[in-house]
Amino acid sequence: MNRPIKILIAKPGLDGHDRGAKVVANALRDAGMEVVYTGLHQTPEMVVEAAVQEDVDLVSVSVLSGAHMTLMPKIRELMNEAGMESVRLIGGGIIPEKDAEELKEKGVVEEVFGPGTDTRDIVSFIEGLFESAG
Amino acid sequence: MTDTLFGKFASGDPLAASRLMTRVERGGPDAEEVLRRLFPAMGRAYRVGLTGGTGSGKSTLADALTRRYRDDGLTVGVVAQDPTSPFSGGAVLGDRIRMTGAAGDPGVFFRSIASRGSQSGFSVLADELADVLDAFGRDIILLETIGVGQLEYKIRYSAFTTVVVFTPEGGDEVQGLKSGLMEIGDVFVVNKSDRPGADAFAADLRSTLAFRYGNAAWSPPVVATVADRGDGVDELVRAVANHRTQLEAGGGLEERRRQGLRYRTRYLAEEKINGSFWGNPYIQRRFDGIFKRVVSDGLSPYEAADLLAASLRIDEKNQ
Repeated sequence: MNRPIKILIAKPGLDGHDRGAKVVANALRDAGMEVVYTGLHQTPEMVVEAAVQEDVDLVSVSVLSGAHMTLMPKIRELMNEAGMESVRLIGGGIIPEKDAEELKEKGVVEEVFGPGTDTRDIVSFIEGLFESAG
Repeated sequence: MTDTLFGKFASGDPLAASRLMTRVERGGPDAEEVLRRLFPAMGRAYRVGLTGGTGSGKSTLADALTRRYRDDGLTVGVVAQDPTSPFSGGAVLGDRIRMTGAAGDPGVFFRSIASRGSQSGFSVLADELADVLDAFGRDIILLETIGVGQLEYKIRYSAFTTVVVFTPEGGDEVQGLKSGLMEIGDVFVVNKSDRPGADAFAADLRSTLAFRYGNAAWSPPVVATVADRGDGVDELVRAVANHRTQLEAGGGLEERRRQGLRYRTRYLAEEKINGSFWGNPYIQRRFDGIFKRVVSDGLSPYEAADLLAASLRIDEKNQ
């Protein structure tokens, strides 16, 4: 028996909009995944604490406030410190192309999904991550 | 299995605890090994169940109780169950949203679990995760059921004190009687009691309980709370403590432990028997053969099931 893919959807930082995060959470549930949603205004420490206690397979971080270049690397760093190096991170929100490329190049995130992304693309991307891992 | 993981677990590493819980979730021989190895360290924690309808405030109460227990210097583990969608098999686990007081506190470990195939509001798997937290050394474990209202009676086999949470508009006590919640509560809460009708509802509840329990050794108290403001939480903590004292004094705690172990043992045996029955190639062949007669010869499913159950005895004789 196996566990469905378990994902943490986190909203770090100060922005107060989580409609996108909720839409993604529901889409992932409808794709048979288990989604832990922690609510708004999380610090990077809180996000990683939740990832550790829930032992998720993937962390998805949504940032709309413009602080993604601080928040996302910080979460990656804290995850590594907590022993979760092998757990991957994906990003969402309002992230300029240039920043998205930089975050991917530095190995902070696997992929970034901006506004208007078809949720089916997110689902198939995640499924792809875990199929290749076996 | 790696001894390092158990070593880290023993030294209090939360990720090790979390990873062992995941092994338990994945099931199979690995899961059994984890639970067998940790079994000697279990049995210290005091388990408090929180059950009640959707939106009654179980998660907010769990948060409020957690703060109070932390103030008393007790470590807390929480296992909260949310429903799996029967259509997709997925789940959104949102109980963490309410745990605002626990953030950054290593004395609190919160784990969410989906109900998956379980028909119970608090599955054996969820209880096994609580077992891991018990072995991890948590003083208090809060067990939060899903909020559907009719399936939670099995929390009785996990928790020593079961807290049933209502809201004033959560209705009429007749609903409460119907759902079986009235039978399992050791402590009753009327949460959101700043809303209209709370006093009348609490009074109704008290008179129903007085009628049911009369002069019993423990008559479940009714506590009015407004969980998000923390109102009544001290009284709830006291009510749980009083119930614990009463259980410990009267031998009830040992009895509840025994009931829990008995339920668990029977459940595990049933699972194994079920597995070895359907996994038996002889039974599979017999099933195929007998089922053909259901389809084409008008054999009833009842006769077919009898024949199949009897096959097990035949197979045993053959061995």
